[in-house]
Amino acid sequence: MSNFTLEDVNSMYFDVLKEIGNIGAGNATTAIANMLGLKIDMKVPNVALLSFQELTTAICPEEEVVVAIFLEVTEDIDGSMMFIMQRESARYLVNILMMKQGEESLEFDEMEQSALKEIGNIIAGSYLNALSTLTNLKIAPSIPYLSIDMAASILSVPAIMFGKYGDNALMISTEFGDDVKIDGHFILLPEPDSYDKILQSLGIPV
Amino acid sequence: MANVIKIGIADIAVSKDPDIITTLGLGSCIGIAMYDASTKVGGLVHVMLPDSTKIKQNSNPSKFADTGIQELLNRMVKAGANKARIQAKIAGGAKMFEVSGATDVGNVGERNAQASKEKLKALGIRLVAEDTGANYGRTVELNCANGEYVIKAVGKPVKTI
Repeated sequence: MSNFTLEDVNSMYFDVLKEIGNIGAGNATTAIANMLGLKIDMKVPNVALLSFQELTTAICPEEEVVVAIFLEVTEDIDGSMMFIMQRESARYLVNILMMKQGEESLEFDEMEQSALKEIGNIIAGSYLNALSTLTNLKIAPSIPYLSIDMAASILSVPAIMFGKYGDNALMISTEFGDDVKIDGHFILLPEPDSYDKILQSLGIPV
Repeated sequence: MANVIKIGIADIAVSKDPDIITTLGLGSCIGIAMYDASTKVGGLVHVMLPDSTKIKQNSNPSKFADTGIQELLNRMVKAGANKARIQAKIAGGAKMFEVSGATDVGNVGERNAQASKEKLKALGIRLVAEDTGANYGRTVELNCANGEYVIKAVGKPVKTI
């Protein structure tokens, strides 16, 4: 049985998780920059431990539509991860990737949805790569799943997964961009045993 | 004047005519509405997980279908509702991501809906309407004036059950 609950995150654990978030998000930003051929700056990510109530409004009001990519993770670490961005950011990235100019629609057709999955795949994949390199643990992501829907509906998924173990969720938010700011929010959902593994692999007693 | 009472995730409220109780963006969670047409007492609970007995951290009854429905019934009766006349409607339980296999993400919505129905049945409360499953989020509103349960989803017509 796992010893880890998010309720007892002490400041050291928190710092470690924050650092993982930092490195992961940094890697993800580099991956986007390479994919789009842009120079992209990233702000220091903000790591927050949120209650469910806070989680559903942490990105935007509950009913605002957001774009979310979800991947399941297996091998040494079991769990899943989610990457969420607002539709304006998604539109911006899709336009660059698909070489569309001036398209402003916040609806995404099938081709664009594939492109979004691919963007999510690259972002989440590079994030997980960083985590894997850092911890020397094998992490195998699934194919990406996409959902474009109300923020609260999408965030109910991580809320439920965290809800099995406690009453809080951990979210890592970053902002990156050149002339246009792109917001990105990562939610890592390791099974509690995997939290222990991550921390142990970094030499932190659990 | 009707008040609009907004509840969050793992949250509960009971009120009376003419108030409206709402919860925004139900995903895989379930919004269970109860209504007694004779006293016009209505209640809504937004539950996240099917079964409190499977989870260690279970101090909040509104988090689970089994304890949340019991708590809602208790509060309805306390607010003057006649248990024999209470009817229930449920919405939510979507599969937000098309994950294959029987993982939690894949089937928690369905299990939430199932657990809610079982608990209502066990308490002898009639389920008169439901809008569950599929792959999209729902905002719901219970109108305590008439028991109508209004369901809104992105890009879909408003539904009243």
